[in-house]
Amino acid sequence: MVIIIPEIIKESLNNLVKNGDRADDRSFDQYRDIVLETGVIDKAEGSARVKIGKTQIMVGTKSQLGEPFSDTPNVGVLMTNSELIPMAAPDFEPGPPDERSVELSRVTDRCMREAKVIDLEKLCIIEGKKVWMIFVDLHIIDYDGNLMDAAVLGSMAALMNTKIPEAKVVDDEVVIDEEKKIPLPIKEKALMCTFAKIGGELIVDPSLEEEQVMSSRISIGMRTDGSICSMQKGGMQPLTKDEIIKAVARSKVLTKKLMEHLPQNKQ
Amino acid sequence: MIFIEDKQMVIPGDVLADKEYQSGRGTFKEDDKICSSLVGLVAVRDKKISVIPIQSKYIPKRGDVVIGEITDIRFSMWNLNINSPYSGILPASDVFGKEKRDLSKAFVVGDVLFLRVVDVDEVKKVKLGLKGRGLGKFRDGILIYITPTKVPRLIGKKGSMINMIKDETKCEVVVGQNGVVWVKGDPSMERVAEKVINMIEEQAHTSGLTDRVRNMLYKLLGKENPEEALESEKPEKALEPENPEKEKEPFDEEDEEENGEDLIQ
Repeated sequence: MVIIIPEIIKESLNNLVKNGDRADDRSFDQYRDIVLETGVIDKAEGSARVKIGKTQIMVGTKSQLGEPFSDTPNVGVLMTNSELIPMAAPDFEPGPPDERSVELSRVTDRCMREAKVIDLEKLCIIEGKKVWMIFVDLHIIDYDGNLMDAAVLGSMAALMNTKIPEAKVVDDEVVIDEEKKIPLPIKEKALMCTFAKIGGELIVDPSLEEEQVMSSRISIGMRTDGSICSMQKGGMQPLTKDEIIKAVARSKVLTKKLMEHLPQNKQ
Repeated sequence: MIFIEDKQMVIPGDVLADKEYQSGRGTFKEDDKICSSLVGLVAVRDKKISVIPIQSKYIPKRGDVVIGEITDIRFSMWNLNINSPYSGILPASDVFGKEKRDLSKAFVVGDVLFLRVVDVDEVKKVKLGLKGRGLGKFRDGILIYITPTKVPRLIGKKGSMINMIKDETKCEVVVGQNGVVWVKGDPSMERVAEKVINMIEEQAHTSGLTDRVRNMLYKLLGKENPEEALESEKPEKALEPENPEKEKEPFDEEDEEENGEDLIQ
């Protein structure tokens, strides 16, 4: 199903932004209400449910023993997958993952990976043979724009919530102690801020309506110290260098605020 | 025996009454008991029980006036999204007559039109038309989407609610039977109207809504509320004329008929 946005909605949203206003009365630097719960799925090693406005994502993490990639024999594996379930929006179809699903999981993955959120070397059990593989699964339950920020926030919270069984090496065999659960070696935190360009302005946390009329968007992944760990640009129109620099400066402030939603203790 | 009260909220499977009552829309019969098949509010009329859904999709009906968006141009017709599971078609002959012209010269994808449902056939093919007063393309303004069952409530008895919004915000307001509302006026006033309409949708099932809408309008417009001032002086008298309004059914079927004319400006 292709969603067509009536011209007059495009125009009215553009005009609103030009007048310094947004359809839901937010300021350009204001997120919608964020709700974050962790440990919501018993069967998963770690989980989180994140809501940004009406956007809702369920994140679960799973651990599994596996072989490392041959080019990185001494590090664990982190993998992210996303599922845009048809219940979430009329234009999400069942079947193989589409462009948006792939983009979402890759952007989330890159943000977590490049920020070195997990000390993956500590997930290595026997070099070249056995490592922990951590799977992050994103289930989009409700789609009302800005999936990326929600996905990264949810993944970060789920990873911080994850506890894996302790693995020991006895006589070259891996022994898993299911009773003893240890938290993942989290050493950094990273979150993402997405800006949509509408009416020549960059506005943070676009709603579904705003995403449908935006000319382009930019997502900036940032670590606690304000260093950039990932970036993704979307939409048809270009962004100027100036706009990107401004977006980075704004996301520095916004990421700090977003961090407050994460559970503070690393357990 | 009746197990529920009028206007009570029910969920699917709730037992409403037994066999001495008649099963109406939104209900089903099982073992001589009438049960709800929807989430909604009960409406009891004489011995007939029906459930009016809290949310619904628009099911096209001949004669309705609707607001549609053009989604596709075909060889001799436009396809329109009418906020319904069924899409509508507007034949080119309805716009050009017998003349053959390029369809995209008249309307393009993304245009918003005000139309009348000319015919709905047995497979729900919805034929739309532009013949009638006030029908045609909208320019500027904003669109607001509400649940179609709440359209009668937004319009109010003889258009009381919608006229109040029009008068206070000085906006043009057009309501389609399919739950799409078009508002045009001063941009700040459009926003006020949008908020008020969304509030009406949210609270359509409650009583005394007209008063609250008026209060909200005055508050948003930063105006003194003459009613409130009156109320504090002689509260009983000020409230009295509002009572008939409160007695009103939340979704009055009869209202719907009147709307047609009222919508067209």
